[in-house]
Amino acid sequence: MSCEPWQCAEIATTKKANPIQKPEIALAMIKKATRPLLIAGSNLTERFMEGRPAIEFIIDFANASKVPVVATAHMVGEFIKRGYQPAAFMNAMEIGQRVGDPSWQGLDGKGHPDLVIMVGMPYYMEALILAGLKHFAPNLKTMTIDNMYHVHASWSFPNATLEEWATNLKVMTSKFNGGN
Amino acid sequence: MKTNYGQIKNLELSIGKIINDSWTEPMGPTPMPSMTTLRDWDMKLLSKYKPFYMPDCDSCCLCTFGKCDLTAGKRGACGLDIAAQSSRIVMIACAIGAACHTAHSRHLLHHLLEKYGRRYPLDVGGLNVKVEAPVSRLVTGIKPETLGDLDDILTYTEEQITQILAVAHTGQESNPLDFESKAFHVGMVDHVGMEVGDIAQISTFGFPKADPEAPLVKMGIASVDRTKPVVLCIGHNVVPSIAIIDYAKEKKVDENIEVVGLCCTAHDMTRYYNRARIVGPISWELRFVRAGLADVVVLDEQCIRTDISDEAAKVDAPVIAASEKNCVGFKNRTNDPADEIVADLVSRKVPGVLILDPEKVGEVAVRVAQQVAPIRKRKNVLPSIEEIQQIAKTCTQCKSCQRNCPQDYAIPPAIKAAAKGDMSLLTELYEVCIGCGRCEEACPQGIMIHSLIVKAGEKSMECENNLCRSGRGAVSDVEIRSVGGPIVLGEIPGIIAIVGCSNYPKGSKDVYDIAREFASRRYIVAVSGCAAMAIGSYRNSEGQTIYEEFPGGFEAGGVLNTGSCVSNAHIAGAAIKVANIFAKRPLRGNYEEIADYIHNRLGAVGLAWGAYSQKAASIAAGFWRLGIPVLVGPHGAKYRRMLLGRKEDPSNWEVLDARSGDTVNVGPAPEHLFNVAETKEECIVALAKLCIRPNDTWKGRAGKLSHYIDLHKRYFGVMPPDVHLFVRTQADIPITMKDELKKILEANNWNETIIPDPTLLPRMVRKIKE
Repeated sequence: MSCEPWQCAEIATTKKANPIQKPEIALAMIKKATRPLLIAGSNLTERFMEGRPAIEFIIDFANASKVPVVATAHMVGEFIKRGYQPAAFMNAMEIGQRVGDPSWQGLDGKGHPDLVIMVGMPYYMEALILAGLKHFAPNLKTMTIDNMYHVHASWSFPNATLEEWATNLKVMTSKFNGGN
Repeated sequence: MKTNYGQIKNLELSIGKIINDSWTEPMGPTPMPSMTTLRDWDMKLLSKYKPFYMPDCDSCCLCTFGKCDLTAGKRGACGLDIAAQSSRIVMIACAIGAACHTAHSRHLLHHLLEKYGRRYPLDVGGLNVKVEAPVSRLVTGIKPETLGDLDDILTYTEEQITQILAVAHTGQESNPLDFESKAFHVGMVDHVGMEVGDIAQISTFGFPKADPEAPLVKMGIASVDRTKPVVLCIGHNVVPSIAIIDYAKEKKVDENIEVVGLCCTAHDMTRYYNRARIVGPISWELRFVRAGLADVVVLDEQCIRTDISDEAAKVDAPVIAASEKNCVGFKNRTNDPADEIVADLVSRKVPGVLILDPEKVGEVAVRVAQQVAPIRKRKNVLPSIEEIQQIAKTCTQCKSCQRNCPQDYAIPPAIKAAAKGDMSLLTELYEVCIGCGRCEEACPQGIMIHSLIVKAGEKSMECENNLCRSGRGAVSDVEIRSVGGPIVLGEIPGIIAIVGCSNYPKGSKDVYDIAREFASRRYIVAVSGCAAMAIGSYRNSEGQTIYEEFPGGFEAGGVLNTGSCVSNAHIAGAAIKVANIFAKRPLRGNYEEIADYIHNRLGAVGLAWGAYSQKAASIAAGFWRLGIPVLVGPHGAKYRRMLLGRKEDPSNWEVLDARSGDTVNVGPAPEHLFNVAETKEECIVALAKLCIRPNDTWKGRAGKLSHYIDLHKRYFGVMPPDVHLFVRTQADIPITMKDELKKILEANNWNETIIPDPTLLPRMVRKIKE
């Protein structure tokens, strides 16, 4: 698994994401966070693993972890028709701007997220939002759980196959289910 | 001269310009604004719509102090931080775009002044267009009547662009908002430059003049008669193309030759000559040339693949570079006899030539095409289907192609399937590919992936025979009078201006779907450039293109193509004319008031779904300064800065009521000034919402909400969560949604508010509150 930007020419950076070499590392960080937030993008219905769209893996993960989900683009309907109610839905830039603003008190008004997890946006969009957060919200921790290395995140999984992605998501989900 | 008072020797008198100022309207407060004249207005917009920066690069490498790492608050050697650097890049992009349009207009004007003289009268719509240059009048305070008047206006734009470019130098501007204001300024100037270019060419070349029934012209690769020699013109400056057409007509060979175009030159060719063909947008360049369909390629300026001469050489098609801005490394043969140039090109002694005399380009292009066509015999570089299978077997599935595809398309599985003889996935890629060729550049095996895609999609290509409405130019004053009221009062739910380039995330069909959705709902849909081509490339269930299905007027349910890139100025011009002609707001040098009117009253939104260029950035910036929101497709995020409102912050949405001076909260209307939509579905819903304005009447607001809610339910599957923010009174609620909405209003502790006469300018308040 490589730690180079998935889209080769997209990124020029001096501070690169720490690679998440195994799902347990991501899991530990998510568990450590007190107010994590998962931002889920439009590619989740277009990428398939084991014959299932990626959104189903994310729903399993969200149900198990109880991390609130913000659906971007038109994805709220996709979540709802699969029986999952996201905590909110919002344009990607709108949620990006809010999580980058330290005065924003979160979806519930009770405090700013301390960990923003991203998954499933068009690669370059997700990369740009993460770049904005890296520069303008340097105290905010960001993580991607895609199978594409995101150099601007605080932590990112390396580039990986769809099979490896499915495995990583399932491992994280199972560990929450297991109550570890 | 000797008199009783003294002796004068060597006296020289010169008269620079005599300005014929016959415009009786008093001069407004801001004629020919400098880069700070409208700064206060910009800051009002920028306090409402705050920049959200997404740096595409952590460092600055613009001077030799650097590279400087600007990550997370670090400052560079010059002291600049990443916010200022990001806004500086935005400003530079806008300056490049404005320079591009203005230089294009300058070249056109030079040519036309030489040919027709300074006194040649302007005419963009006969008696139907009295306000012939709304943008120029608004910004400069000049009412142009002749080509010579345009010269004065263009001189102003050139000075402003130079001033703005100077700001980008190391050690000048330091504040991000000031960079933003300057980006707005150069965007405004860009619209002036575009307007000058288009009204000059409309007046002199006999283009359609504000004609809702401008001719339908053939478009698509299959519309080209390949039994004839084909001259392919690429770019934006129509002067050489017109010379080609004129020469062919003069020699009476126009029936025996095809003159076709790619990108905006194609639009303008068809405005001049309705037998010209539009092949398609920039993304069609590789496929057309590689398919061997061009016998000679003529390049003018802007949006031309810089490797197109290499591509043409592979199919033995000579190239003529016809612009100083794009010499392609060819020898300048402008002063050589045409016979010699033709002989050298036909014999392939040289692959291409630079000719800076349009008339000579016309003669050489036609003669070369006639002589080369029988020799070339449509030589192409596309592999056969059998060859594709063999080539595909060399693929190692390394995924470099996908990782370098801007759209991240799944190319490896398509190649894998092709190796087994299944071309279906490659054919699917043809439908959505933007033709950039980055996949090929990345392939370590040297597979010409784009050629494989084009060959696999050949059957689709052979069906590309559609219609585009020729660019009509301006919106007439008559049309403005007819629809000004319904637009401002909200009864026509909005104006959707779909402009810009073809960097579409999932192919051009999305643009057609968006345009058709809104035209069907009786919005006004204005288009230009590559977007105008995209929407004409599909047909409805009855076989009609969108231009056949909907009228071409500036009217409810109209789909009007203003023309090429420079014709975008007519869309801004239409908004300005609503304020001036319908609302009778003074126009002359009165930018702030007109922009304030447009921002608060005119439900217009720009969409650049496939924006890629710096020109698209400057066009957007011109709309921003007028207070018109712009939405871009996902690749537009790479402009690296959005201008976003925060709907949950009531202080963001306060205006003054010009009747009383009271401060009134009008809700997030419009919510953003510049934003990205991630998907087509999101885009459609966002466009409907962005048409909402504080001044909407009850009936108008109810209609707009009805569309917003309906589209939201259809594409998002749920009720919009923010709908209560747009309901001012009970009368705003769409009748059919009363019960549903009332529950939402109650749940959100909604209170009724007034509908003000909205303004952001204290000086517009008629009665100052004691």
